[in-house]
Amino acid sequence: MSDPHEPIVNAILTVGPGFKRWVAALTAVVLWAIFAYTWQLYYGLGATHLGRPVYWGLYITNFVFFVGVSHAGTLISAILRIVQAEWRRPITRMAEVITVLVLMFGVGNVLLDLGRVDRAFNVVLHPHLSSPLVWDMASISVYLMASTIYLFIPLIPDIATMRDLTTGWRHRFYKRLALGWTGTPKEWHRLEKIIGVMAIVVIPIAVSVHTVVSWVFAMTIQPMWHSTIFGPYFVVGAIFSGIAAIITAMVVVRKVYGLERYLTEEAFNNLGLLLLLMTCLWFYFTFAEYLTTWYGHEPRELAVFNSKISGPFAPFFWMMFVCCFVVPFTILCNSRTRTIKGTLIASIFVNVGMWLERFTIVVPSLSNPRAKVMTFVYWPSWVEWSLMAGCFAAFALLYMGFTKLFPIISMWELEPAPEVHETAAASEPTLHPAGATS
Amino acid sequence: MARWGLVIDLDRCTGCQACVVACKHENNLPFATPETTDAGRLMTWIQLVPVDLPGRPAASALPLMCQHCDRPPCVDVCPTSATYLNPEGIVAQVYPRCIGCRYCTNACPYAVKVFNWTEPVWPESMAGMRNPDVSVRPKGVVEKCTFCHHRLIAARERARAAGRDLAPEDYVPACAQICPAEAMVFGDLSDPHSDVAALAGGARAFRWMEELGTQPKVIYLREGE
Repeated sequence: MSDPHEPIVNAILTVGPGFKRWVAALTAVVLWAIFAYTWQLYYGLGATHLGRPVYWGLYITNFVFFVGVSHAGTLISAILRIVQAEWRRPITRMAEVITVLVLMFGVGNVLLDLGRVDRAFNVVLHPHLSSPLVWDMASISVYLMASTIYLFIPLIPDIATMRDLTTGWRHRFYKRLALGWTGTPKEWHRLEKIIGVMAIVVIPIAVSVHTVVSWVFAMTIQPMWHSTIFGPYFVVGAIFSGIAAIITAMVVVRKVYGLERYLTEEAFNNLGLLLLLMTCLWFYFTFAEYLTTWYGHEPRELAVFNSKISGPFAPFFWMMFVCCFVVPFTILCNSRTRTIKGTLIASIFVNVGMWLERFTIVVPSLSNPRAKVMTFVYWPSWVEWSLMAGCFAAFALLYMGFTKLFPIISMWELEPAPEVHETAAASEPTLHPAGATS
Repeated sequence: MARWGLVIDLDRCTGCQACVVACKHENNLPFATPETTDAGRLMTWIQLVPVDLPGRPAASALPLMCQHCDRPPCVDVCPTSATYLNPEGIVAQVYPRCIGCRYCTNACPYAVKVFNWTEPVWPESMAGMRNPDVSVRPKGVVEKCTFCHHRLIAARERARAAGRDLAPEDYVPACAQICPAEAMVFGDLSDPHSDVAALAGGARAFRWMEELGTQPKVIYLREGE
């Protein structure tokens, strides 16, 4: 059969030399990280530069950052689906993949941080229900399941298309995953219904996930962690970094696979506007959080505040402010700079800035404990940096792998608004919902 | 049921740190060097910490160990119940249950829980000097002051073998036992006739950071005017 979306299918079936080079380079980074982790398992967490009282550092920063980025896909795609924003059609898939993959690295970083990873299962065997870490485990696993389902269900018609286009192992692979999809109106009807329900269900789950992550900090009484606005503050930051991650991924995919036809200026402009909105919201929350701390003058809170504004963490804090607000706001509020290039630059800055934000939440509070035990200035060790690089490389590898197995752009959703329900009696099974109406 | 508590008289404390040394020996705490200490890896269950107290011109040196809170923030956050408040008021740590997430160390406002970053090491000259009554902790778990809980178990067994009740002098932690200035008094806070109960009710008694609602069972006595 002739396929109207040849560029998308070609992206899956062809592997160029550039792709192979990237795979080799990223695999090398991942192998190095595996070596670093083996080193850490052997020497214990002494291989990090953590100590008393800075018990958490890079791994927990990455955990919060990755879980934040995971709000890219599911939440944004679900909201856009519900409000029926038509321009979201080519971008939902690549956003949802980010969610599922990045969430695994969020969980992975908690495991990297455990002193006794061999006993991690104790959290399931002997859960202490008042611990926010147990709440976290519960909400993240629900989110991982829900977002995986939410990624898979809309994939089914495209997998069926691929099944019909391919032979050999690919055919067998797609046949198994397509679950016998033939494209009858009844199937379309059921598919739309499940997607509709899932789009609503994942929103409260997604919001709960980052709220609970913030509660890991906010439930303690440590200065500048014990804050009531941490829940919404973290959710806003999560959506903020999530949108930035989508834009970055979109630009890369568009360039590498030549999908300019699908990923239009309009989509970038709209996402850029969303990012601008989140920039303003982020500023509002940050300002509210820091102003109340400063005005209250509570000595212990102020010690942490000062260490961020003018102390040892000032470079991180002000770089965060420039990356999260000054740069994206300047670029995005002007329609002339809100181009594909402009939104990409803003997004990269936002991603760096949001990572710095997580770092300046985790480390300064621990560095200024209430009890004046001897403290030190934390700087991550080579093992910690290697594992962080490994996480990013492994994410890129898995994302690239996904693009070689599944359409990164949802092909069936590119058809004009389907009206399958009315014509449920249509005789001939077809692959595209638009076909079902004819 | 007893509620074990410790009173520390800051007026008597000379800051000699005999308690710190006694605790390290008693509880098999690994050896530390200046380098490991600078890296934040000092393993100690008790330590002198400078604290600004009202009415004092300079910071006072507070012998600080686990405060054995009746409302311990560390116990609330532990995901596996590896740290818990036992019926006699001792905040305990179950090493084989601990997954090493270090949430408890971060939730403790006194920063008195320590983590085994590496396998514990002792110099050769200290071989064979370890206390056989106290387990050596593996790398990757959190540990803390136990009020020398092993001494309570031993004292109780001795009393039972002699066919009598546990007497107040039977169970004293190493720090209180060694204190040359007799600044530390240990005992049962729930017994109104005990020395600790009397001292804890005195005018000079205060609990550090009690405004946080942690309800510590380590009670300090203010220095005299």
